[in-house]
Amino acid sequence: MSLHSERHPLAEAAQQLHILQSCCQSQPRFEESLARFGLHPLRATAIETLQVNLGKFCNQTCKHCHVDAGPDRRESMSRETAELCIRALRFSSIPILDITGGAPELNPHFRWLVEQAKLLGRHVIDRCNLTVLLLPSQSDLAEFLAAHEVEIIASLPYFQASHTDAQRGPGIFAKSVEALRRLNRLGYGMPGSSRKLNLVYNPAGAYLPPAQHAIEADFRRELRKRYGIEFHSLYTITNMPVSRFLEFLLRSGNYDRYIQRLIDSFNPVAARGVMCRKTLSVGWDGTLYDCDFNQMLELPVRQGLPRHIRDFDPMQLGAREIVVGQHCYGCTAGSGSSCSGAITK
Amino acid sequence: MPGYYHAEDLARFSSIGDHAPELWQKFSDWYQSVFAEGALSEREKCLIALAVAHAVQCPYCIDAYTQASLEKGANLDQMTEAIHVASAIRGGASLVHGLQMRNSAAKVSL
Repeated sequence: MSLHSERHPLAEAAQQLHILQSCCQSQPRFEESLARFGLHPLRATAIETLQVNLGKFCNQTCKHCHVDAGPDRRESMSRETAELCIRALRFSSIPILDITGGAPELNPHFRWLVEQAKLLGRHVIDRCNLTVLLLPSQSDLAEFLAAHEVEIIASLPYFQASHTDAQRGPGIFAKSVEALRRLNRLGYGMPGSSRKLNLVYNPAGAYLPPAQHAIEADFRRELRKRYGIEFHSLYTITNMPVSRFLEFLLRSGNYDRYIQRLIDSFNPVAARGVMCRKTLSVGWDGTLYDCDFNQMLELPVRQGLPRHIRDFDPMQLGAREIVVGQHCYGCTAGSGSSCSGAITK
Repeated sequence: MPGYYHAEDLARFSSIGDHAPELWQKFSDWYQSVFAEGALSEREKCLIALAVAHAVQCPYCIDAYTQASLEKGANLDQMTEAIHVASAIRGGASLVHGLQMRNSAAKVSL
């Protein structure tokens, strides 16, 4: 069940921000950590990826979800807003459209968006929860993605059922394996194949992810040995202290220790390479953000900039000053974390 | 960890250097080198540390190396096996001293 449907106080972004900011009294603010290494204010360097969040509707309710997505959520991008996203691509040279959610494939305009972006010659990424591929209404989804050479970045927290199901729900691991086999049969993830299939690991608890190269080797060996599954790369992503994971941290008494762990692990090299410097994030209603996490905290791009996709201006937005907060320590801890995994390999 | 041990003390371990800073610095440098990737991976070293933590029954070390093992990508199957190794050596160490007992008994027996 989502925090939203529970009417949990943490369903409100303002409450989350209040908690995240209240730790500042005894801990360095993120801006101060950036300033120590000459990185404040943090600025975008270009827009290489337009990351479009199609909404909060999802067929799963994962325990760590920063979107608070689930079957009960109804926020969903309209055709009109999707058209504005395509218009932004048409009038810019942004090479990558990265589609996320919720389960973005369940938005009625998902396929139209993919087709239009491909017609413009852009690379398209689908952030897929895997089980969506098994829904009866999506029986041809895998073939659609393959026909359009869509890169799939799929969540699979671990190669064991217990770890995966603890985070994503009972039976999700078995379904994910079935979906991965279906993708492999279409050439996804196979050695040398242009149909890219990358997996995402994230910790099942209040700890940082391991070195990407080390856990990737484990995944490759174990998924091949146990299930005959192939994939291209594994991305490690740190759990952000936002929404449901924030609720878990507070409920389990891990909040202070986890935040301190993120702060103590601040890595300036990772900070220099954070994804927001090359990404523009679009919310389901067309509002513009620096990243998907700021989107969930309802922190739009800085005042004075175009704040809606209808006003998209690549020149202004491509060199914008990025809005930061204490949650940003999640992207700069250790090897760093981005939608493409660790920042420092 | 109620009573004698306090979990929050682990975070201020470095304060033990207050009255012997040079010794603490030497210990810290050596400790860091020991756990760096070498002939053994960082994960293998964490699992050894986790096993030893149970053998010496240090609650601070158990907390620290549970977290560290997870952060190096170890799973609960591997961590549990590591503790069994420590337990087997502890148990075996007692049992093998049974031979000392036999030797002692033999010495005083007809």
